[in-house]
Parts: sequence; C-alpha cells; structure tokens
Amino acid sequence: MDAFLASVVSIGFHGLAYGMILYAISVGLSVTMGLMGFVNLAHGVFAMAGGYLMITVMDRLGLPWLPALVVACVVVALGSMVLERVLYARLYKAGELEQVLFTIGLIFVAVAVARLAYGTLPLAAPLPEYMKGQTEVFGRSFPTYRVVVIAVSAVLTAILWFGVERTRWGAMVRAAVDNRAMAQSVGINTGVLFTLTFALGSGLAAFGGALGADLIAMTPTYPFEQLVYFLVVVSIGGLGTLRGPFLGALFIGIGDTACKYWVPEFGAFFIFVATMVLLLWRPQGLLGRAQ
Amino acid sequence: MSRFALETRGLHKTFGGLTVAANINFGLEPGARRALIGPNGAGKTTFVNMLTGRLAPSSGRILLGGEDVTGLAQEARVKRGLGRTFQINTLFRDMSVLDNVALGVAERLGIAGRMWRAASAYREVRDEAMELLARLGLADDAGVRVLDLPYGKQRLVEILIALGLKPKVLLLDEPAAGVPSLESERILEVLDALPSDIAILIIEHDMDVVFRFAKRITVLVQGEVLCEGTPTEIAADRRVHEVYLGERPHG
Amino acid sequence: MTGTTAAAIGYAGAARLRWIELAPWVLAAAIYFFAPTYLPLGSYVLIMILFALSLDLILGYGGIVTLGHSAYFGFGAYVAGVFAIRLTGDPLLGLAVAAIAAGLLGLATGAVILRTHGLALLMLTLAITSILLEVANKWTTVTGGTDGLHSVPIQPILGMFRFDMFGKTAFLYCLIVVAACWWLVRTIVHSPFGVALAGTRENDVRMHAIGAPVYRRRLAAYTISTSLAGTAGALLTQTTQFAGLSVLGVELSGEILVMLVLGGVRRIYGAFVGPGVYIVAKDYLAKQTPEYWYLGIGILLILIVMFARGGILGLLDRAFAQLKRARA
Repeated sequence: MDAFLASVVSIGFHGLAYGMILYAISVGLSVTMGLMGFVNLAHGVFAMAGGYLMITVMDRLGLPWLPALVVACVVVALGSMVLERVLYARLYKAGELEQVLFTIGLIFVAVAVARLAYGTLPLAAPLPEYMKGQTEVFGRSFPTYRVVVIAVSAVLTAILWFGVERTRWGAMVRAAVDNRAMAQSVGINTGVLFTLTFALGSGLAAFGGALGADLIAMTPTYPFEQLVYFLVVVSIGGLGTLRGPFLGALFIGIGDTACKYWVPEFGAFFIFVATMVLLLWRPQGLLGRAQ
Repeated sequence: MSRFALETRGLHKTFGGLTVAANINFGLEPGARRALIGPNGAGKTTFVNMLTGRLAPSSGRILLGGEDVTGLAQEARVKRGLGRTFQINTLFRDMSVLDNVALGVAERLGIAGRMWRAASAYREVRDEAMELLARLGLADDAGVRVLDLPYGKQRLVEILIALGLKPKVLLLDEPAAGVPSLESERILEVLDALPSDIAILIIEHDMDVVFRFAKRITVLVQGEVLCEGTPTEIAADRRVHEVYLGERPHG
Repeated sequence: MTGTTAAAIGYAGAARLRWIELAPWVLAAAIYFFAPTYLPLGSYVLIMILFALSLDLILGYGGIVTLGHSAYFGFGAYVAGVFAIRLTGDPLLGLAVAAIAAGLLGLATGAVILRTHGLALLMLTLAITSILLEVANKWTTVTGGTDGLHSVPIQPILGMFRFDMFGKTAFLYCLIVVAACWWLVRTIVHSPFGVALAGTRENDVRMHAIGAPVYRRRLAAYTISTSLAGTAGALLTQTTQFAGLSVLGVELSGEILVMLVLGGVRRIYGAFVGPGVYIVAKDYLAKQTPEYWYLGIGILLILIVMFARGGILGLLDRAFAQLKRARA
C-alpha cells in the first residue's frame, strides 16, 4: 500500500511538472487560435527554438541559467513578431488548407535548420549545478529541477491569469476573441493586438520549451513529434481560453505519466482514445464555446 | 387531410432566458402568396430556420402537407416538398450556373448518389436544368461560374436552385435584398410568374415588394404573431403602424 | 466563357478521355522498356501516386482537411505484411484483404469523426494516425515494433509471375493496380456523386437545403479514399517485402500532402505530377544532405501557399492562359 501511495505521489508530481510545461507551451496556441482563428501547427517551432537558443546562449556566451532563459524567450518572441507581420498576417483570411500547408512548411524549415545547426541527436537540458540533485518536499525527496519547473511555471501562470483578467490589454484580447468584428468597430487595433498576443504566446512557448527540455527532449523533429500533444491540450481545453488548456495540460501531463508508468505496453494509446471520446462528446472542448 | 400546405402549432423556441418564438400558430394554404413581415429581431429568420429544420424548436409541431415533420432532418423535409432560398446568396460559387441548378434536380431525381456513369450522361438532369434557366432568361449564362455573375443574377440562381427541387412549399428569405433597383424588377417579375400551385412565403422588409406580391400578410413581432390579413387590412391596422413607426397614424 | 474550372466536371462537362491523359501511362511504358534501372524507383512513385490520388479524393474533391491519411496507408501496409507472414503470401489476395481492411477502418473512424469539422476534425485525424503509430510501436509481437516486418513472403502473382530481383514484375503489378484505381477515381469524380461531393465542399449549407444526405456521401467518399490508401500501403509492403513504422505518423501525412499540393490539388493529375517530381528530385538532390532537401521543400511549400496555390499544374494552366491571350 505504501509503495502504491509512493508511486501515486511520484506520478502526481512528475505529471504536474510535465503538465505545467505543456501548459506554458500550449496556452499561447490556444489564445492565438481563438483570437486569430488561425490553425498554427508550427507553434512547437517556438518551443523548440526556445530550448535550442537557451542551450546555445549558455554554452557559447556563458550566460547563467536565468538570464539565458530570459534571453531565449525574448529573442523568440521578437522573431515571432517578424514572422507574424511578414507571413502569418497574409493568411488570416485564407482557408484551413492554406494555413495547414503554410505551417507545415514552417515546420519543415525549422526542423531542417535545427538539424543543420545542432545535429540529429537530442541535446541535454541546460541545468545549473545548484538545481541538480534532490530536494525535500513534505517529507519526500524529488528532483530539484522539477520542483523549480513547477514553482516557476505556477508563478508565471498566476502572472498571466492576473494580467489577462485585470489589464486593459487582457480585456481587449478577450473582446476580440469573443467577437472580432465588434472589437474592431469599437476601435481596438486588432492588427497590433494580434502581433503582441502572438509574440507573448510564442515567448511563453519558448519558455516552456527551454524550461521543459528535461521533460520533453530537444531534438530537431520536436515540432512534428510534439504537435499532437499540444493540439490535444488545446482541443480538450477549448480554444481562446486561459483556463481550458490548463485543464487539458494537467489531464495529459498526469494521464500520460500514469499510463507510461502503469501500462507501458500501451503508452499514449489511452490518452488519444480519451481525447477522441471527449472531442466527440464535446467538440468545442471543456471550456470552449459551442459553435 | 390538412387544409394547409404548411402549418405550425404552438411553435416555441427559447435561447437561455430569451424567447424568440412564442407559441406560433401559423397556416399556409396551398397556392398561398404570403408575406411575413416584422421589425428587425422579430424572429422571422429563426422561424424559417425552424420550418426548414436547421433549428430545432423547444416545443410545438410543424406539419408539411398534413404530415408531422417536427423531428425530421432538413433533407427529409426537402424530399417532402419544402424548398427555401437564403437571405445572403448561398450558392456553389466556383461552379457553373447549370451545375448549381442541376445539383438540386439530381437530388430530386435520386440520381445524385450514382458513381458509375459520367454526370454529363444524365441528359434528363441537364435538360431540366436548362429548361429552368431558360424560363428565367439565364440560358446564355449556363456555363458561367456563379461568382462571375452580377449580384442580381446570382439572386436569380438562388431562386432557380429552389425551383429545381419542384417544391410544394417555397420559403423565400428577402429575395430582392441587396439587389440594385435596376435588377430587382427582374426578380419581381420572376416572383409573379411562379407556378400558382406552390405555396409561397416571403420574408420581406421592402413594402413595395410585399404589397405587389402578397395576397395575405402575417406580422411577426418579438416572436409572436401580431396579426394576419389582407394587405389593405394590415395597412390600416393601428397596431402594425405602432410597431413599425412607434406612433399612431394620423387622421 | 470563363475559367476552365466550371467545365471540368459537372453536368455539362466532357468526361471523355483526352489524349494527354494517357501521358503518364505512356511514360510508364517508356520507363519499363528503355530505363529498366529505374523500375524500383518507378514502383515507389506509382505507389505514392495512388496514395496521393486517395488523398485528393477526400481533400481536394471532398474538402476535408486531414493530417491522418497515413493511418490508412500504414494500416494497409501492416495488414498486407501480417497476412503474408501468417496466412498466405498470395499477393492479390493480400491486396484485396488490405484494401477491405483499410476501408473498414476508414468507415468506422469516418463515421465517428465526420460528425465534427474544423479544428476538432483535424485533431481527430491526427489522433487516429498517432494511435495507430503507438499501437504499431508497442504491439511488437504482431508488428515487429521499431524493427518492423522483415522478409515478408510474396508468392508469384496468379502463381505465374514471380517477383524478380530487377523489379520488373513489381513495376507492372503496381502499374496495373494504380491504373485501375486511377480509372475508379476518375469515374467517381465525373459522376453525379462526384459533382455532389464538390457541392458539399463548396457550400455545405446549400447541400443540406437541397435535400442531399451530406454526411452519408462524405462517409462514402472517405471510405473509398481510405481503401485506396490502404491499397497503396499494401503495394509497398508487397513490393519491398518490408513494413516499418515509417508508414504511419504525422510526418508521412505531411509529406504526402506536400506531394499532392506540389502537383496541384483537385486535378487528378496533380496526384501524378506531384509525387513524380518530388520523389525524383529528392532521389537526385537529397542524397548528400537530406536537411537541405527539407529546408527547400519547406520554403517551396510556403511559396506555393503564397503565390501558386494550384501547384505545378496550376502554374502550367496560368502559363497556357497567358499564351492564349498573347496570341489572340
């Protein structure tokens, strides 16, 4: 019994860490898909870029952990703004197929660049010395780094939720998600709003990718391999919400960890089946709005 | 045997706390020329959507030719003789005018599901579609893509598609809407020439069209039938004036 | 008279075979007789053409955006492999079984996912191919896991035509099967069903309003499409005697989509030109550094979306139209 309880706690802990990373990466996708109605399959590219950049910055420029993380996020956010203005914005009115094709093209480019720059093998997560090893939490010992992951993600989530609920920018995003035409007619500059929100979403993805390099390995095929998981999180949660992907991320994070531990022969099978069942019952996701 | 081609009994619809249709009792006789009018937000399009089956009512019944169709899907009602046009052109824009009409004809003839011969081999479909086009003066545009047509002609195609279904009841949602006045006369002529055995219900805002076309008018306000009668009766009705103009008529 | 799009299919269209439509088959015959070293590559191209045709039916003509089509290709591939290993290596029987199995899978999954649309539908197609990849990965006793199925035994076709080591039999086998399937797809597209399918793509609302059983039609198209994809997968297993994890997953779905779009969606022959150009170019260019190939393909895809939505055939159409206007 004690062993079972220990494994439950362990699964809960690791699942939570994984879930928080998934949330950090996917929340931007949920908001921009809900805001721009754009099927951005390439979102994983920003997460991957964050991870690889952070590794490069720490190795080549010798920056310590936290500044490297911040630099990676900011650079990816700025880069994504350029991409959004130059390429994405032209396709907002385009059909679903065009958007899918465009983002797949982006993934191909990003995967190729990553392979050329970093090789095909997974890269080790950039951990500073003081985060390696174990920490005691509530009488049990856990890997220190994962404790940091949970703590930092929780703080960021709180800031994000507060920011969107309480600021004017957040109100504008919510209005534009709710009814774009109406938002424009009351004078909200949706173009600028889209770009800034896109940048924030990509920056958060970079954060999740970099912070989560320990949980989701940094390989060049990252955007292809992880695409399904990010989309599952967003679909389960519902587009255009903050809390939706949170539920989705926890479900996948803990569910996937539990399955891999208890029924490894089935792997991610149950997660996908559960997603299918949920989407058939509620195609708009748990917290999304019905069409 | 019902005396109505289309009938509703106690048709009711609520969205959350909002009642958009309040126990509507409505009857459309065969060969009717009826107009459904009412201020914006009165629930006219909602009513039509319930009639066609796009929207399910909260309660009440819909009868088509005496048969209860309340639970039936759109396709089943079309097969039983209910046709409609849309307020905004809902056409197969990248396809030719002929194909737009032929699609409906093929469905009616039960041919549309066939896979083994080329569509062009089904002359009966093409001939019937061409005949319909000729009747409305669009025969020369048969091969033209719909999105290349002027708006007024597209509106005619909208009506043609419905006619291809050989409906017994036809619901027209603002057939002249958005059409420049030079072209709308054409549409009015078409409406005048529609077969007299079809029961027709028009939703309209344009009172000229209403008074030219309708033999009877139903007035819908906030989801309820306010009154029903001949054009002269409705024109003189004080309540209708209040609802539209917010004031009593003078004199 | 306006664009050719209106006249291509439809009730006034001309479904007669034009001479130029025989070009792919003439080319195939030429390869068989004059360039026999390319036969294995030719077989692979034919298989991908069939896969692309199946995708064009559901995506180009049906308007259903799916990233899960590799699921049916891979399922057909594995069914053919397991059938040959466990039951009999008769290729025609194996092909039929794989085609039917993939069609049934398509019917079952389609019945369920075609009730949704948009992102939910796309997501479900991804889920399906991911589920199958996971199953293939883990169910090692049947699928061989990451190693795959090796040395799949293939008997001579009809007991007479042995699969030779030059790939001649394999090529002719693929050629005949793909030709038959091409004829099937072409017939369907020009039929009343095909026009109605185009209608559901063009305006779903209108199709409902003219009494069309939209869901049933889409499901029928989906089932045929998945059966064809499974046939292509089975051909791959039978001609290479191998089935591995690369026949499943999002990457393959993405790649076949690229091949189809490169050639041109909704033109039937885009499904010929696309894979032909893609595979030949890749074979030529990607030997040294495959990364540069994917970089180029990614950029090309973005350019196609921005400037040349009709793919190669679309560009040719535009070029011919310019020529005509210049001469007039």
